Amino acid sequence: MTQKKKIIEIKNLHASIDGKEILKGLTLTINAGEVHAIMGPNGAGKSTLASVLAGREEYEVTEGEVLFDGVNLLELSPEERAREGLFLAFQYPIEIPGVSNINFLRTALNEIREHKGETPISAKEFMALVREKSKIVELDAKLASRSVNEGFSGGEKKKNEIFQMAMLNPKLAILDETDSGLDIDALRIVANGVNKLRSDENAIMVITHYQRLLDYIVPDFVHVLYDGKIVKTGGKDLALELEEKGYDWIKHDLVNN
Amino acid sequence: MTTTTEKKKSDFYQNLTTTEINVDSKDRALAEKVCEQAIIPTTKNEYWKYTRLTKLTKPKYIQQKEEIGDITSFVIDQDAFTLVFVNGFFNEDLSSKNKPSGVEFKILSEKEALPPLQATIEGALFTAINTKYLCDGVELVFKEKNQVKTPVQILHIIKGENTISNFRVLVKNERFSEGQLILGEFSEGGKTKLSNIVVDFKMEEQSKLHVDKIQFEDEETFHISTENIRQKKNSQFTINTITLNGALVRNNLNFEVKGENCESNLNGAYLLKGKQHVDNHTVVDHQVAHCNSNELYKGVIYDKGTAVFNGKVFVRQDAQKINAFQSNGNVLMSDYATVNSKPELEIYADDVKCSHGSTTGQLDEEAVFYLRTRGISEDSARELLIAAFIDEVLDMVQNENIRTFIDKIISARFHQNI
Amino acid sequence: MANYTEDDLAKDLEQQEYKFGFTTDIESDKIPKGLNEDIIRLISKKKEEPEWLLEYRLKAYRVWKNMVEPEWAHVEYEKPKFDEIIYYAAPKQKKKYESWDDVEPELKETMKKLGISMEEQKRLTGVAVDFVMDSVSVATSFKEKLKELGIIFCSFSEAVQEYPELVKEHLGTVVPMTDNFYAALNSAVFTDGSFCYIPKGVKCPMELSTYFRINESGTGQFERTLVVADEGSYVSYLEGCTAPQRDENQLHAAVVELIAKDNAEIKYSTVQNWYPGDKDGKGGVYNFVTKRGICERNAKISWTQVETGSAVTWKYPSCILKGDNSVGEFYSVAVTNNYQQADTGTKMIHLGKNTKSTIISKGISAGKSQNSYRGLVQVHASADHARNFSQCDSLLMTDKCGAHTFPYIECKNKTAKIEHEATTSKIGEDQIFYCLQRGISEEKAISMIVNGYCKEVLNQLPMEFAVEAQKLLTISLEGSVG
Repeated sequence: MTQKKKIIEIKNLHASIDGKEILKGLTLTINAGEVHAIMGPNGAGKSTLASVLAGREEYEVTEGEVLFDGVNLLELSPEERAREGLFLAFQYPIEIPGVSNINFLRTALNEIREHKGETPISAKEFMALVREKSKIVELDAKLASRSVNEGFSGGEKKKNEIFQMAMLNPKLAILDETDSGLDIDALRIVANGVNKLRSDENAIMVITHYQRLLDYIVPDFVHVLYDGKIVKTGGKDLALELEEKGYDWIKHDLVNN
Repeated sequence: MTTTTEKKKSDFYQNLTTTEINVDSKDRALAEKVCEQAIIPTTKNEYWKYTRLTKLTKPKYIQQKEEIGDITSFVIDQDAFTLVFVNGFFNEDLSSKNKPSGVEFKILSEKEALPPLQATIEGALFTAINTKYLCDGVELVFKEKNQVKTPVQILHIIKGENTISNFRVLVKNERFSEGQLILGEFSEGGKTKLSNIVVDFKMEEQSKLHVDKIQFEDEETFHISTENIRQKKNSQFTINTITLNGALVRNNLNFEVKGENCESNLNGAYLLKGKQHVDNHTVVDHQVAHCNSNELYKGVIYDKGTAVFNGKVFVRQDAQKINAFQSNGNVLMSDYATVNSKPELEIYADDVKCSHGSTTGQLDEEAVFYLRTRGISEDSARELLIAAFIDEVLDMVQNENIRTFIDKIISARFHQNI
Repeated sequence: MANYTEDDLAKDLEQQEYKFGFTTDIESDKIPKGLNEDIIRLISKKKEEPEWLLEYRLKAYRVWKNMVEPEWAHVEYEKPKFDEIIYYAAPKQKKKYESWDDVEPELKETMKKLGISMEEQKRLTGVAVDFVMDSVSVATSFKEKLKELGIIFCSFSEAVQEYPELVKEHLGTVVPMTDNFYAALNSAVFTDGSFCYIPKGVKCPMELSTYFRINESGTGQFERTLVVADEGSYVSYLEGCTAPQRDENQLHAAVVELIAKDNAEIKYSTVQNWYPGDKDGKGGVYNFVTKRGICERNAKISWTQVETGSAVTWKYPSCILKGDNSVGEFYSVAVTNNYQQADTGTKMIHLGKNTKSTIISKGISAGKSQNSYRGLVQVHASADHARNFSQCDSLLMTDKCGAHTFPYIECKNKTAKIEHEATTSKIGEDQIFYCLQRGISEEKAISMIVNGYCKEVLNQLPMEFAVEAQKLLTISLEGSVG
């Protein structure tokens, strides 16, 4: 078997906000073609990890290193990270009144293309792409022309995040609690969408509190994040075990070892 | 605030005698100067745009002591510690004897010297008159680290023809003190009276004060109130101004928020009838960062009443992270009622959340109809809806006794059309 | 807006300096500076005006002389020296242009720089352009086509000569000369402007557009616009402004009067882009304009404006809703940057029954600028069931600027319903981060968010104006986030 390409390597990552340390030495490598689930109790640092990787300025990285496809991620601005192929599906997608989804995505896509030295996409190609990709998440075509996330239901917002992911075709997609607030039908659609986007070239990090999503997006690895560190790693069965026994089991385990 | 258009000189207070109280010497000099110029603001002055002072300044007022027999009908909270002033002069006999601990008071005429006034005298004729011709007043101090649970109730009653009462209250909340204050403003007979009241609130660090001000003077009383609140850091101040009667009422409420992490709440309710004129002028001046202010004024105007609301929120440069909310609602009940509303924002900092809203309309006729289909009479339906409208403000009055007092007046108003 | 791509935006962003800062060198016919009755007689004589108009001017001048320059607005500026102003300047060539070919190449070049290449305008948009160079109009197109419909669209001077009765009947009926200091001044010295008359029942098939320019150094600009929409007619009128870059302050005190008779509708759109002064607040145009319309029964007047220019702006396009069921609308975007000051808003005067007004005002303050909304909603006792909705939002881009809201609400009718809302907030950091995470640069993110914030207003503009307005917003706010 050939060595898989490393998409992201996180080494001993420490990060804090307002002087309080949240990530306390997190290490994780994700290879191309893999889906990793990050699970953990509330306050373990799951969303902090997503925010730090995306480059939110409120967080200060105090120690450690992150290589993204060989590039030092931590030195890049948020938009450069995005252009390099890092995509964050927000837990709470932001509403931007008056800015249409189409205009928003076209601007994003063209800036990413420019970054790669490609020419801007033509209007015709772009619309074709919109039509094609919106099917992936069964997104109502009408939503594409509405303002970004404005007046969208919770489910539509999450679908829209995956639709954007499909449009921008990232190397690494971080899904931050994408399942929160979704009913079963919407969850199924969103998960199916993500599955369609899985390939040998990209990787996905699924951050979730519940196992439920992982029935649909089957992970290759499940990591348990606890107190700012990965304390346990296993296959998809670990998620089931967590669901059954709860996070206290992990705590208990940690204390005993 | 004066402009060149205000040339008219007036002598409506020329029969008054200069106070013997030891007001601050600079204040006195300034007051002398302003009174000397005696310029009465006209509606061309933006600050008085919607309030005409012609009638108010016609009589030749006098300061006079009056006796009063019974104050039962004026007591808002029977459990409070009460201080009674008639025409601005202290009435010891009618006042409470058992002062709660943690609060001290001193009658101004007994003090050796008054501190400089917080309220501006320059260009403020009524504050100048209050200073130069001060009748009397009281200084109230909530002592450091004391939580005074018994409310202090100051009742001011004006009585007798052509009486002017220049009355002053100086409230100081020392560090970590907490208190409740009730200001009751009443009248008892006599034509064309003028209550000219100045109140200074000095809020030291981490102090807290809740003020309920109930205005229930007769239709022969003009009223000018000037309240100045100066807040130091972490202090909380709430004032509810409930105007239930009077001829012309003008409330000037000025907040100077000088410390971080302060909370300022100002609410008002007004019910107007006849030819009443009620003008609430508020200024919240956010001079420093990290503070909140909330303002809600609501009124119902019957007959030929005129309500004026002018609320201004200032956010000074570098006063970041301010949340300031301001809202004014009015219901017009007659074809001759008038509302003038001017909610203003003046913002010089960027990281702020400020908003204001103003609504004017009549009762929701659909709602009236709905209630009637459920067997409620039209009058009762309107009463219910008005009560619901005004309750949002009245609910801010937390003291049950005060609330009962207000509700009684409002209910009587509905049923006997008083 | 579909034709406008992000690349256009990027190109615009590169242009740091004021795009239209240049002076066209055309010989002018000037009169001595300063103002007195003789000067007014001279202006009137040069323009070969009828006696009644001279009388009108003189009367206005006498009114003005006794007025004091108002000071209530939230602006600070050095007052214009009225004795230093030249009140009349006309290009020496008085000849009218029969066709586009007759226009001097120099003038065409000017228009190209303005981005309104007339050939293109004619060919692509079907917009008739009445180009005002300083005070006298020098080029008019599409006149013939309009003539067929009985629509009059010409320079004000021409209207005075050709349609004196129409002018006399309506001039000063909406903005009387006594209205305010600058309206009085304008009434005394206005040199030219536009006149438009739409006959009964006619829907004007094209947007009527006037591009204004102030060109002569030291010349005050006193435009006069009069639009009369007769019963049941419709017109959409566009006004756009650019001015050359220069150091001394220039005064612009225009008067615009709109008359919408029974069942008529006037849509009046403005993009204002006059020289705002440099980064240190030096120079720039003073824009003190009186704009007002009157609506008869079932009539509608809609004001839309995008204001990014001028050093000091003072402007309140207003509607007098006189007729029952009449409608007034005001949509405004006002952007201030550097040391610009704007005090702008509207007045909605409800007199008729069932009158409706809508006010949507979006203020954006950047740099060290001051941006104020000042509005009046006045419901008279006669205006049963009058309805007003106002939304005034302010967006702050830096911590050195100011955003202020001064609404006046006066109601004397119990059946009226008035709602006013206002918010002031900073540009949303979460929104910017969301854009960044999708690979969009900060500059572009801000441009998108700001244009989105103004969309309700921009949507009211005709297409070609909307594009220009979007560009203007972006250019005006360049590098402005603090």
